[in-house]
Amino acid sequence: MIMLESINLDKTGIVSNILTFSCVDGPGNRLVIFLQGCNFDCITCHNPHTINHCDDCGDCVATCPTDALTIVHDKVQWDESLCIGCDKCIDICPSKSNPKTTTYSVTQLLELINKHRYFINGITISGGEATLQLGFIIELFKAVKSSEQLTHLSCFVDSNGSLSQLGWSKLLPFIDGAMIDLKAWQDATHLWLTGRESHRVIQSINQLALHRKLHEVRLLYIPDKTDLLCEVEAVAKYLNSLPKEVYIRLNAFQHHGVIGEGLAWDKCSEVQMQQFSSQLTKRLGRDVLLPSIYT
Amino acid sequence: MTQARLYSIITDSRLSAKQKSHYLALEAEASLPYLDIDGKAQQAIDAGILCDMFEGHAPFKPRYVLPDYTKFLSQGSEYLELDPATNFDEALNLLTILYHHVPSVTSIPVYLGQLDTVLMPYVGDLSEQQIYQKIKLFWIMLDRTLPDAFMHVNIGPTDNIICRTILQVDAELKQIAPNLTFMYDEKVTPDDLLRQATDNICVCSKPHIANYPVHAAAFDHSGFGIVSCYNSLPLAGGSNTLVRMNLKELAKKAQNQTDFIESVLPKYCAIMFDLIDTRSSFLHEKSNFFEGFLTTEGLIDESRFAPMFGIYGMSEAVNLLMEEKGSKSQYGHDDVSNKLSYAISKKLADIVATTKVKYGYQGKALLHAQGGISLDKNVTPGVRIPYGTEPDPVTYVQATLPHHQYYTSGISDILTIDETVKTNPLAMFNLAKGALLSGYREFTANVASNDLVRVTGYMVKLSDITKFDEQGSRTNTTFLGAEAAKNTDILKRQPRVAALETMPSYTDE
Repeated sequence: MIMLESINLDKTGIVSNILTFSCVDGPGNRLVIFLQGCNFDCITCHNPHTINHCDDCGDCVATCPTDALTIVHDKVQWDESLCIGCDKCIDICPSKSNPKTTTYSVTQLLELINKHRYFINGITISGGEATLQLGFIIELFKAVKSSEQLTHLSCFVDSNGSLSQLGWSKLLPFIDGAMIDLKAWQDATHLWLTGRESHRVIQSINQLALHRKLHEVRLLYIPDKTDLLCEVEAVAKYLNSLPKEVYIRLNAFQHHGVIGEGLAWDKCSEVQMQQFSSQLTKRLGRDVLLPSIYT
Repeated sequence: MTQARLYSIITDSRLSAKQKSHYLALEAEASLPYLDIDGKAQQAIDAGILCDMFEGHAPFKPRYVLPDYTKFLSQGSEYLELDPATNFDEALNLLTILYHHVPSVTSIPVYLGQLDTVLMPYVGDLSEQQIYQKIKLFWIMLDRTLPDAFMHVNIGPTDNIICRTILQVDAELKQIAPNLTFMYDEKVTPDDLLRQATDNICVCSKPHIANYPVHAAAFDHSGFGIVSCYNSLPLAGGSNTLVRMNLKELAKKAQNQTDFIESVLPKYCAIMFDLIDTRSSFLHEKSNFFEGFLTTEGLIDESRFAPMFGIYGMSEAVNLLMEEKGSKSQYGHDDVSNKLSYAISKKLADIVATTKVKYGYQGKALLHAQGGISLDKNVTPGVRIPYGTEPDPVTYVQATLPHHQYYTSGISDILTIDETVKTNPLAMFNLAKGALLSGYREFTANVASNDLVRVTGYMVKLSDITKFDEQGSRTNTTFLGAEAAKNTDILKRQPRVAALETMPSYTDE
């Protein structure tokens, strides 16, 4: 048991959204905390407004139909009580950011989690890239694990896998599992799709697997763009080197939330997904998780 | 009634001969003059404030009947010339026979018994496989001979072979009928049994889960059952009538919130009690229903029948009353309007608990959040948050939770869960258990993509709704579903659920 006095309950995180019901972010119903900020810049990103932190340029203020956005002392301020959630501010933002973030302290999030504790199997921190606010995550999970009422909740992170080995070694004692996206196989393809190479991602997957904290590896299938199909032999061989209890989830590229170049790319249809999935499962010798919805 | 209307029923290509007979009988009853009610009640009915649920002009059978099936199996029936059951086959045979003698407002029984409790004494040394085979055939028989999804089986809260087998068979067959309620008791029900029930919801949107201790505390030791669309009623009794109040229309009569709660609501409750007394008096005093063998052989007891005091349109009522104050606050989405709704529910509960009725359970009516009927337009069932505007399921449960303590005879409401839950059924378990541990009286959920869709309390196959206009349906409730889909926002629900809870009168639209 972690001693309560060793936890910094005042540590704060910048949160872009919180969901109290999610079936797709780990085992059971998850309370999902989305943190603002990401170090990848994926062409296919479904939440591009979570990539950068607000630079207070103020371009969004005039678009707000209910005056929920104002500029105070050169900072964009968001009044949640006036907001109608039309997201016009996000549409106009030139910086892939979002004026509607909230700064939460660990204490404030504990209150929220407490209110929902009967309904959830655990907490998942997602993003943006969750691990960019590593210190905050560690304090929050420490606090959850040391609370008598919350200690049964599982603590997960959903990550792009870019965290360093040292970073993971700090986080590992406080998480029950991690879900990592593997967006392409070859370094060059990964670099083109995400803005970063895949080396760190593979390293993270290996490290988590070694410590039995790897819950799920997610493959984003983008027909004709990603190399997961043409590299299926190598991908399957690698996935087979991971513990058998690790879930392999296939995500089908869809247009929801996507901006820019990615919108011109074809969505992944159910038939295309089945083609990829059958190639992969044939080599894996076990089932993978498939999407339940195609748009 | 016109001859043309009868003619259109008789010649309707979508109805079976049996369904036609049912609607013709309703028309015949409707040709009698309405019961002698006072002017105020008539005005309230005409204004759409009160509604008698099309139960008929001269009620000759109770709305819902819950016979004591355990007693029936142990004593047989003199009237039906049946010996007591001595084994499992005989028990199923006796039940099958009695179901055809249990009336209801739909003329198909709405309650088939707490079947695990009823059948466990007859299991003997049957193997699991033998029980499975017998239950499966019994289940198919029920769906094909009594095709109405108002018809309800209860199981749980204890873990037993019948309960488990029924859950297994129900998930395999995915039939519309019978509907199923699983009783949950935190102290008695093991987690893996609740998990089997919530896994079933992901597969076929059944069972409905009732919070056993909460319901049990509302009734005496003789027990209770959940029937039709989640009406909780005394066992060996039932409901003599259901009259419902449209809170939306009533809110239009009020000057402000205080006027609504302190003056308008009590005034119209009094009018509604008069109507309830008139309707139940005819049933109990004139119809001779309680002279029949169900009563004389002790399977029902006249004193255990209660009127249900139904309400609907809470959402619109609250929004109108907030608007009157110049507030844009919306029911289900913020504390201010939610608190007003709780105050309205509390007032209703106080009135119902302190008003004596002529024929009631311990002298009282039972408050019910009514799930709507297919003819409702622009008004939301019970206390539900309107279709298409629901928050996420956890927020939904927390927002509506305070209402649940007040509605003794049930609160018809449905959560719509998107289909991603199918690959993660543990999430359904978490949600259901969270709701029940928080004090939710009942938990009902639809999974959006399911072919079987629950329409507050009864099941309609989605594919059947689209087919009905062309071909007609084998099941009575699909007719309701088709009508509901046209008139209500059934297909707009987020992602989609429908809500109704009654037989309609005939409509040729």
